[in-house]
Amino acid sequence: MNALQTFFAMGGYAAYVWPAYALFFIVLIADTVAPRLRRRRILAELRARLARQSARHERHSIPPPSD
Amino acid sequence: MANWIPLWLHRLSSPPTFYRFAGTLRPWAMGLAIVLGVIGLVGGLVLAPADYQQGDAYRIIFIHVPSAWMSMFIYAVMGVSAFIALVWRIKLAEVVAMESAPIGAAFTFITLVTGSLWGKPMWGTWWTWDARLTSELVLLFLYLGVLGLYHAFEDRRQGARAAGFLAIIGIINVPIVHFSVNWWNTLHQGSTVNIFGHSKMAWDMLWPLLTMTLATKFYYAASLFRRAQTDLLDLESGKDWVRKIAESEADR
Amino acid sequence: MSRAPLSRACLAMLRRDLVLAWRRRSDIAMPVLYSLIVTMLFPFALGPEDTLLQRIAAGVILVTVLLAMLLALDAIFASDIEDGSLEQLMLAPQPLALMLGMKILAHWLTTALPLIVITPLLATMLHLPAAIIPVLLLALLLVTPLISLFGAVLVALTAGTRRSGMLLALMLLPLCVPALIFAAGAVAAAQQGLPWLAPISWLAALLVLAVVLAPLACAAALRIALDS
Repeated sequence: MNALQTFFAMGGYAAYVWPAYALFFIVLIADTVAPRLRRRRILAELRARLARQSARHERHSIPPPSD
Repeated sequence: MANWIPLWLHRLSSPPTFYRFAGTLRPWAMGLAIVLGVIGLVGGLVLAPADYQQGDAYRIIFIHVPSAWMSMFIYAVMGVSAFIALVWRIKLAEVVAMESAPIGAAFTFITLVTGSLWGKPMWGTWWTWDARLTSELVLLFLYLGVLGLYHAFEDRRQGARAAGFLAIIGIINVPIVHFSVNWWNTLHQGSTVNIFGHSKMAWDMLWPLLTMTLATKFYYAASLFRRAQTDLLDLESGKDWVRKIAESEADR
Repeated sequence: MSRAPLSRACLAMLRRDLVLAWRRRSDIAMPVLYSLIVTMLFPFALGPEDTLLQRIAAGVILVTVLLAMLLALDAIFASDIEDGSLEQLMLAPQPLALMLGMKILAHWLTTALPLIVITPLLATMLHLPAAIIPVLLLALLLVTPLISLFGAVLVALTAGTRRSGMLLALMLLPLCVPALIFAAGAVAAAQQGLPWLAPISWLAALLVLAVVLAPLACAAALRIALDS
């Protein structure tokens, strides 16, 4: 246990070292996640747009009522 | 186009081909980034000895320096892609340039903040206006300016060309950041790692640093691949190949 | 129809822009009034103590002039884009870079020159020693064209967009940092009685480079921004 505590203490500089590493990981994880979310949104919007288009096509393929 | 460009490179600039190419390589790049990252961090945090002057605080170097190198490397990539995009109007070059900007900005931000956290115990100050820190901050603003300009345009391709032009204008800053410690008296230390010569760093500390450098490069590749794929889906959303992808993922 | 000699085209462009600016005389007064008011704020904000104001005077004036020019830069191409004359200029046989250089000169004459003229007044308001004012004027004479030149390139890039002044500031100010450092360094050196020729020479060198390259970059930027 003592070795682990020494490790985390970082020679007294823990308050500087660990936030630095935390920031590193947080920023890079955010950078990894953001495009994933964007991709999901783009594809969902595309599917919605395609659904609306095909619905419109179905409506127009029904012949207009004769007068 | 010129005959010296191999056919496979030509084919690669076609969006669906690049999408598949990126999709294949991305997991490998990310895997390598993670493996090398773990090795580098274990080497830097656990195995390397404490510095006789700076104690354990110096261990920030293993994320600060690779991030700094990436901030400049990515800007150079962005500048070259922007140049290719402007001269030859290749859509993929525009995508690479614009999607590199946020990654570069992220690394620049990390460099500045980790540097600040390292400077406080070592120099006694969170910030100083010496040449290297100032030019790195200017680099961050350049990235943000490129991103801001890109998003100000309605037409994405035109925005990419305008922002790419701005990136090329700003590229003069990259050598300034790199050589600032040689050209001016700075609080920031001079260069200790040289590509072509003797590095003034102990091997125990150097190898984790170099490993982290490699890890961040693979990370950049992986992130760029994913961002470029996403951007291509957006740009080409009218095309069939995108429609197929959208439909095939409908059930997820 | 014979092609007019290039010098005549340049003078015509310059005259046109100067006449147009003169018709909107009140617009010339705006940057001047802005600088006066902003400079006045500092004694209120920091206290009227002489020694403090003296130390910051040159820096405050440089930044104020920079911001005033930033605000005025938006207008450099705006009206010409609106009425289509900029696109006509791009189609004209005269080299676009040269014509744009003339436009930038006209803009500098109507924006920066008035600011340089009132600088002694601003300097006195902030208690800058009278002996330093010539150095400040020289620094401004070199810095303001740099701002006009860089600024014109960036305004050209944003020519077709839903522009915000903030975006221009974000793009322009980092590029102006080296020039600002040299200008401020020159005046600071003069204030301490040290030689100030070196930073001035750097500024002059930057200016020469910008005079040659910026109009070309401006022309390229306009083509990118307006050619959709």
